[in-house]
Amino acid sequence: MYGYQLRSAFEAYMGGAWPLNIGQVYTTLERLERDGLVAITRPGDGDGETGPSAPGGGGREHKYYAITRAGRDALRDWFEATAGDEPPPRDELLAKVLLALAGGREHALAVVTRQRTALTAALQARRRALRSAPASVGAGVAPASVSRAGTGGAGAGSPGGRGAGPRDNGLASLAPMLVADALVARAEADLRWLDVCEARLAQSAAHVGNGITPSDDEGER
Amino acid sequence: MNVNQPAMPAHAIELRDVVKVYGSGPAGVRALDGVSLTVAPGEFVAISGPSASGKSTLLHLAGGLDGPTSGTVAVGGEDLARLRPAELARVRRRQVGYVFQRYNLVASLTAVENVMLPLEFGGMPTRQARGAAVAAIERVGISQPFDRFPDDLSGGERQRVAIARAIAGERDAILADEPTGALDTITGDLVIELLAELASAGTSVVLVTHEPRFATWADRVVFMRDGRIVDESVPAAPPSPPAEPPVQVMTS
Repeated sequence: MYGYQLRSAFEAYMGGAWPLNIGQVYTTLERLERDGLVAITRPGDGDGETGPSAPGGGGREHKYYAITRAGRDALRDWFEATAGDEPPPRDELLAKVLLALAGGREHALAVVTRQRTALTAALQARRRALRSAPASVGAGVAPASVSRAGTGGAGAGSPGGRGAGPRDNGLASLAPMLVADALVARAEADLRWLDVCEARLAQSAAHVGNGITPSDDEGER
Repeated sequence: MNVNQPAMPAHAIELRDVVKVYGSGPAGVRALDGVSLTVAPGEFVAISGPSASGKSTLLHLAGGLDGPTSGTVAVGGEDLARLRPAELARVRRRQVGYVFQRYNLVASLTAVENVMLPLEFGGMPTRQARGAAVAAIERVGISQPFDRFPDDLSGGERQRVAIARAIAGERDAILADEPTGALDTITGDLVIELLAELASAGTSVVLVTHEPRFATWADRVVFMRDGRIVDESVPAAPPSPPAEPPVQVMTS
């Protein structure tokens, strides 16, 4: 398989949610080859497969790679590894809510409420888009990249390479749907977390005990 | 239905400055603290909030199961406080339908008989009630045979029968209290989707849920806290269109 085929296959497997830069694919292949995880099976000396449409390949012949035994082992290790103790999440929403604690309970509640309403409104819009166009699962839910992959012509996600994409076992069409589900599930997780924030804030007395609470809150209880 | 009632009231359900206090004196609990909410015909409103925020109380009042301490509750344009008990019972039976987390189906009655029950209680002749029940069951997508008992139905089917019971007899509004509580996510989605379809067809739906996933199906999500409505959400502007120009759509 050569670099461009690899990219097409990966993007098809990812349901279009993870577009790759072709340059990055080539540099990664070179690194894997250096580490012995893939090997060059045909050095690109005229295989008749040259396509004018293959960007990055330019006018040169394709260089074919195959996974090595060591590569297969590394791949299996990666697949079998499960996420262990992860570091605490660091995202903008978390930061905003934590910073809002400094302003006191009412302020924090107001921030939580505002964030939750905005997130809910966005999810409502996605649901609505899904309901009005159930045929195109990705529409309105997935990032723009999904539709880019779906319409990207010979390259991404489809016809171009038989055997380059997910095997046709009837499950391939699930990919974009699962991507959409993942986006919705993450937004729901954020919403659920904001609900928890609200409940904890409601339970807590005025001082939240984070050390940066203004002193006027300290005197209340 | 009441002939004095306007053909199409502006609001299926209207709560104005509603206060509900349980108990009295300093020990009284202010479950609702000045809530105003209107639900238009065919509107799907979700009520979200932590436990004890007042959402179930609001639902009870909206359906006339309980009365407010102060403020007014109107269903189909009728102020419930002005109705005689018999009229209130008629509103509860004929205009509003309820759906609960635990389905509340009678185990010894078939699906059709369960749906017929409130209609017959409401004075509808048996033959007519059966016809209305079958129509409602067909509408919620239950497959034949309809004379299966609740034990022979899946959780999702039971909740569908409960929804059929809530809509049978052309009712104006469905009040659903955590209807997905006993269902898995996919089955819950189907039940909420059904409620959304019923709303699109003109039935007002008020859904109480603490699950953000299900709330987001609604036209409007109302957030409650400490007996008050603190915010509400309507769908945001549609997500920005994909990078491709519309040309893509036209050529495909």
